[in-house]
Amino acid sequence: MRRLLLAVALFIGSLSIAAAQVDDDALLPLAPLPAAQQARYEGLIHQLRCLVCQNETIADSQAPLAADLRKQVHDQIAAGRSDAQIKRYLTDRYGDFVLYKPPFKAKTWLLWGGPFLVLLVALAVALRFARSRRAMAPATNVDADALQRLLDAERGVDRGDDPPKGSA
Amino acid sequence: MRLRYLVPAVVLIGLIVLFAAGLKHDPREVPSPLIGKPAPAFALKLLGKPDQPYTSADLKGRPVLVNFFASWCVACRVEHPFLMQLASQGVEIIGMDYKDTDADGAAWLADHGNPYRTVVADPQGSAGLDWGVYGAPETFVLNAQGIIVYKQIGPMDEQVWRDHVAPLMAAKP
Repeated sequence: MRRLLLAVALFIGSLSIAAAQVDDDALLPLAPLPAAQQARYEGLIHQLRCLVCQNETIADSQAPLAADLRKQVHDQIAAGRSDAQIKRYLTDRYGDFVLYKPPFKAKTWLLWGGPFLVLLVALAVALRFARSRRAMAPATNVDADALQRLLDAERGVDRGDDPPKGSA
Repeated sequence: MRLRYLVPAVVLIGLIVLFAAGLKHDPREVPSPLIGKPAPAFALKLLGKPDQPYTSADLKGRPVLVNFFASWCVACRVEHPFLMQLASQGVEIIGMDYKDTDADGAAWLADHGNPYRTVVADPQGSAGLDWGVYGAPETFVLNAQGIIVYKQIGPMDEQVWRDHVAPLMAAKP
């Protein structure tokens, strides 16, 4: 019982901590940008990953860090920096992981090329499979006469005839 | 023919090895692009002493640990006793009170003990942003030239210290 109480107390405590964090300058509404800049802002924040909750963009995330990064993107756009400069600013600090679309380079070739490699392997396997099936096909032609003989024999049995000699 | 039956088994074993390695890898630990680079510059004030500046230049000259912590940070409490132990061994730790108020930070240190030789206040998290901090506690190891040589994300413990940090701290400048 005491454990349960402790767990409940900790849970409520953690809520208050989260609430305290949310009560932050960075969450104040950002000053509106001119339409073109606002569009760039919206575009950028949907391409950047929040490092705290790694499966969310900074546009979707509620984490204080995401709010900080949104503010950075907002302020840098307002200061006239280009999208490439802003991305560079973030990757200098957080690495390529912050980009949802990582650049193609030595470290990421497997990431980009991997699906095509798998496709090549699958094609090679499929080709081999198709070839081996084609290689089997002539064998059935050769046996066609023998098959016909067996079928004839079977019909003969159905009609109650004596099986032809030497067919067994 | 026998080789054909071996292929799925080899593929399966390969996948098991790959996934097992993947399970050991913590996706929360994002490698920092700052390793091997000079510590990002900052100009802040000491905690509770707004008239005393502290800049990144003050970090040079000897190997130091720079630890981002905060009074609101739960995992920092987990790490705290180990930092106290390091401090008692004479390790210089610089504390960065990350996105915290001076009053909360000072009260937290008064309650739990202060393992830091110097405590710097980073109330806006501006230094934290430049250093690529995304979740306290984070600990950077700086060599005497002020180059970041290692970054620990999350609480540091005995094992991390022994395996990664202690050899770097002992390195001659």
